[in-house]
Amino acid sequence: MKVMGSGSVLAADAAPPQERKPGEGRTQQAVRLPPAASLLFALLVLLAAVVLSLCIGGQPSSVAEAWHAVFGPTGTTMDVTIRELRWPRTLMAAVAGVCLGLAGTLVQGHTRNPIADPGLLGINQGAALAIVAAIAVAGQVPPLAQALLAFAGALLASIAVFLIGSAARHGATPVTLVLAGAAVTALCSGVVSGIVLLNEAALDTLRFWQVGSLAGRSEALPVIWPFILVGLILAVLNTGALNALALGEDTATSLGISVFTARATGIAAITLLAGSAVTMAGPIAFAGLLVPHLARALVGADYRWLIMVSPVAGAALLLLADTAGRVIARPGELSVGVVLAVIGAPFFVYLARRRRLVTL
Amino acid sequence: MTTDAALRQEQPFRSIRVLRAGPVSLRVDPRALAVTGVLVLAVAGFAALHVAFGGTAIAYLEVLRALLGDTTDSRTYLAVTEFRAPRAVAAVIVGTCLGAAGAITQTVARNPLASPDVLGVTSGASLGAVAVLVIGGGGYAGLSGAAATVGMPAAAFTAGLISGTAVYLLAYRNGIDSFRLVLVGLGISGFAASITTWILTLGDVTSAAQALTWIMGSLNGKDWALVQPMAVIAVALLAAAVLCGKWLLLTSLGEDTAIGLGARVGVVRLVALSIAVLLASTATVVAGPLAFVALASPQIARLLAGSVVPPIVVSALTGAVFVLVADTVSANALNTPLPAGVATAIIGAPFLIYLILKSQRRLT
Repeated sequence: MKVMGSGSVLAADAAPPQERKPGEGRTQQAVRLPPAASLLFALLVLLAAVVLSLCIGGQPSSVAEAWHAVFGPTGTTMDVTIRELRWPRTLMAAVAGVCLGLAGTLVQGHTRNPIADPGLLGINQGAALAIVAAIAVAGQVPPLAQALLAFAGALLASIAVFLIGSAARHGATPVTLVLAGAAVTALCSGVVSGIVLLNEAALDTLRFWQVGSLAGRSEALPVIWPFILVGLILAVLNTGALNALALGEDTATSLGISVFTARATGIAAITLLAGSAVTMAGPIAFAGLLVPHLARALVGADYRWLIMVSPVAGAALLLLADTAGRVIARPGELSVGVVLAVIGAPFFVYLARRRRLVTL
Repeated sequence: MTTDAALRQEQPFRSIRVLRAGPVSLRVDPRALAVTGVLVLAVAGFAALHVAFGGTAIAYLEVLRALLGDTTDSRTYLAVTEFRAPRAVAAVIVGTCLGAAGAITQTVARNPLASPDVLGVTSGASLGAVAVLVIGGGGYAGLSGAAATVGMPAAAFTAGLISGTAVYLLAYRNGIDSFRLVLVGLGISGFAASITTWILTLGDVTSAAQALTWIMGSLNGKDWALVQPMAVIAVALLAAAVLCGKWLLLTSLGEDTAIGLGARVGVVRLVALSIAVLLASTATVVAGPLAFVALASPQIARLLAGSVVPPIVVSALTGAVFVLVADTVSANALNTPLPAGVATAIIGAPFLIYLILKSQRRLT
């Protein structure tokens, strides 16, 4: 953990104050809100994003109408539209965002690699492989079965990555995990492309699935919510260990952390959360890459804060991207994955160009 | 475990010799030298296999004769020299370029996940090619004729260079910081990749399949007209990469140490990364953005040579073997020939996994 670019002030503000000359500390310390204020700010943005997502659609509605539909529905057309169409989609976007944000933070924490995203553990390509293989074998596959296949594939792929990573002589170090993840991802994607080049029906399904969309996938959430819950609990349990692991495995061990248990917990959480996200929204791993950087820019490198800010930021980001996709391409819609890339990439570049970069 | 024992255990293969002759001295690493020798032989062997396999089987002796200029059997001569040999050479070019580009990128970025993809070259090139194919092609049969043979590689090369330059310019801020570079590169390539998947949904399935074949990277139908100039470019770039290697090794020690040892870190990074971008673009023009070669070859080379930093020559040779084997397998394994990129991952990934499991050294 160190701050790049401007001197040596730690993100968690651990530089001993007596070393700073009077007056100098103020200029070195860039303007950063206290973490609690940042969290509050993120929550407000999330609230606004939820309201926007409920109000914007083919037939825009006012905030009052949305309030009416959610808290006292009387069966008007707008009530039905909001309750039946927009509310499930909003909920799913928010949940997928929470999952991706948390999974991204955990995966970057465990690999200590800022370019790791939840897809790294083979999750996206595992899901794609399951879907494509099922279509190649059985022909058409209904949406719910597709979602469950994606979940199973994601789970299997990341279990394989963890087993390979742990079976290495020195256990699951960040580099072993990253390389094992890259290998399994490449293996799955090779098989996927082989199948889709031989089977046109599979290619046709894959190309629409892999863009990533929240449209018409609401039946997945009622099935997989227990997995998400378990993932959330594991993520919270992992917080202390992540802070210790950020100092290096040896230091973490001497602080009383069992590295193996911490890694296993973290990877279980990443798998469940990112697997659920890919089930609900397709492979929109870019959110999982972006959100941890955004969260670190807001609250620094302390995982106790990151674990709270990153899910909120993830949910807000996904909701805003999904809503923007519905506005830009009226009367159709641009899928959330494309919007995320278009608004997310410049933002990501901006974050990378800031003077104070919080590294891992 | 004491520090001494740990050091000995972590560096079991370090037996670097120094050759001295008057004022000249040379560091020699016997293990790296041996690995290089074996890999050169492997490249030759697999290239021969690559030429020997094909639609109709030709005996090895016949292949050799044709290569040596025996024109008595004109059909064999034609098949070997005009169709199979350029394809094998193309595979070697693509493999060496990607392997060397990967080694440079991973050394500069000091990150095993970095590859020319992170520099924005390959994803930009894919976007360019797919855009031309799906939007420009339009028709039922996709793209054909001059637009396919000239237009797509040209669009790919241009788009690749543009996005590579954009990454570099956007990451520049009082010099190039490798961490910033990697992050900006990821942003740009994530952007290009998402737009590419989106464009794939616009056209019909046939042009999507054609675009996917190109994205996967294929060596099918490469002739001397393309391969010869590319070979010259590749050799020049590889020579530059090797010359750059010594300075790169210094930067891999970290910025402060490198400056202390007399390296001009900013210049070294700029030159090295420009070479990497050009190497990756060359490979992309020949075969399209072959997946996984640039990422895996340096790591496989590192594990084979027992070194900490991916060695450029060994990485390049590993890449060549990799692409030769992948193309031989993917063109002949099934009734339908598949693009080489399908097999690079399927062959390379298990091997990388095997090396991870077998590695004696703690990977850091």
